Amino acid sequence: MAYIPHTEDERQQMLAAIGVERIDDLYEAVPADFRFPDLDLPEPLSEMEVMDELMALSEANLEVRHVSSFLGAGAYNHFIPSVVDHILRRNEFYTAYTPYQPEISQGTLQSIFEYQSLMCELTGMEVSNASHYDGATALAEAVILALNHHRGKRSKVVLSPTIHPQYRQVVRTYTQGMGLTLTGDEDCENGVDELKALLDEDTTLVAVQYPDFLGNLEDFTALGEAAHAVGALFCVVVNPLALGMLKPPAEFGADVVVGEGQPLGIPVSYGGPYVGIFTTQEKYVRKMAGRLVGETVDVEGKRGYVLTLTPREQHIRREKATSNICTNQGLMALAAVVYLSMMGKHGLRKVAELCYHKAHYAAKRIDELEGYSVWNKKPFFHEFVVQCPRPVAEINEGLLDIDILGGYDLSEEYPQLKDHMLVAVTEMLSKEEIDDFVDALKELSHD
Amino acid sequence: MEIPKDLKYTESDEWVRVEGNIATTGLTDFAQDQLSDIVYVEAVADVGDKLEKGEPHSAVESVKAAADVYMPVSGTITAVNEALVDTPEIVNSDPYGKAWLVKFEIEDLGELETLMDAAAYQKHLEERES
Repeated sequence: MAYIPHTEDERQQMLAAIGVERIDDLYEAVPADFRFPDLDLPEPLSEMEVMDELMALSEANLEVRHVSSFLGAGAYNHFIPSVVDHILRRNEFYTAYTPYQPEISQGTLQSIFEYQSLMCELTGMEVSNASHYDGATALAEAVILALNHHRGKRSKVVLSPTIHPQYRQVVRTYTQGMGLTLTGDEDCENGVDELKALLDEDTTLVAVQYPDFLGNLEDFTALGEAAHAVGALFCVVVNPLALGMLKPPAEFGADVVVGEGQPLGIPVSYGGPYVGIFTTQEKYVRKMAGRLVGETVDVEGKRGYVLTLTPREQHIRREKATSNICTNQGLMALAAVVYLSMMGKHGLRKVAELCYHKAHYAAKRIDELEGYSVWNKKPFFHEFVVQCPRPVAEINEGLLDIDILGGYDLSEEYPQLKDHMLVAVTEMLSKEEIDDFVDALKELSHD
Repeated sequence: MEIPKDLKYTESDEWVRVEGNIATTGLTDFAQDQLSDIVYVEAVADVGDKLEKGEPHSAVESVKAAADVYMPVSGTITAVNEALVDTPEIVNSDPYGKAWLVKFEIEDLGELETLMDAAAYQKHLEERES
């Protein structure tokens, strides 16, 4: 079967319609010299030679398996059981992009249903969609949900400055030109009291992060109540892995809980693919973007899965849609399902506790070093801020020489935190690696 | 197709019942039949909102389409049918009765002249069908 959609006749008709004779005429504007330049390509190589060249390129990459990584800032290096990849690579899952004929893809639907169920368990929320692209787009969709909940009558969004800086950028990108006021994050020291003071009758959504970008843990119950007192929705951005040991944000009265699902069985990689968690309460389900899979029974009473809320943006609402998100990160959501199934309730708690204790061990040791101090005053999970005696970039350069990937340099996004490093510690780091890191920091405290 | 004689109709398939200067409006039998099973009804206007003729006051969603429902004439919303939130299917079963969408105070009674009576609406549907 030929996959060429147009016949020669049709091509002639199209050319006639736009008033040219040949396709080449469309390229008239490109100077002839530039149309077919001589390409300075090397001689052809054998497969063996190409392999060598690609391996050399690949080995030039810095990869978390070959260093001790203390870098987090939204993407975390966790252990991934090999069964996760094994199931992802089964062609029944791997090749199916999205269930356009959903009911014949029972396996895909079941995996999405289980993903949704697990996300509701973790967050304590009533409804989860089938996922978004990543944590940042999930937060942007939370803003869109709130705007639609208020039918466009409210235009202020209050964002905590300790939401991931890139998430806040994505929200601004998503909502540009919509005439919204995005506020709250102008001053990086704005806390719950300052955010509360910004809430008014024009506020559609207030969003915070838990644990926040700087690692802190805080009880947001009062902020949630203040949001509801003015009729605004309350959104919490979470690290799902931390929920293995923390109080679920539903208990803060959250209307929407979003987050980056990467810590659940997805490797750190530049550009993803990651998976965006989006959960809410049932009363907002019609305002939620994306799809939702439900469990039902067929005519014979056997269990089956259906798209309870289909991608309404495509099939039903079309031009009335409130979001253009129709798809989901099926394969990455499946990774999260397999990871959580392998870990189980106790396993997940154990991973979270290992991260917590190792991070606190590292923080205690670093705080004892001359010239360094831990900045966090509130409880933290597995990430904390270290005030350093030198610019973070210089310290990180020295660390890299001995195969340690240092923490995130906060100076650019948080000017008040010049010479402050955001350090993440996961279960992947041994006590020896943490001790080596502490010793290296000591060495690097001066030129 | 049921088209009650005592109501007035719009070209966009809304019906209007006038009592004094208060109008009740909803979707016609034809409209609910075209949309098929209604699964969601949402008022997009609040009590007290002043809307022009042709502005949407509600949105309905069926298993196959979404549609806005428009003001047949200008007016101020006085009531919204909250029952439809939990029982949207009554739009299918009782479009002219329990499934009214909003009530509003008519701004200009003269504007009612722009609406069709049952016979005209019947004719309008026949023309559209053909």
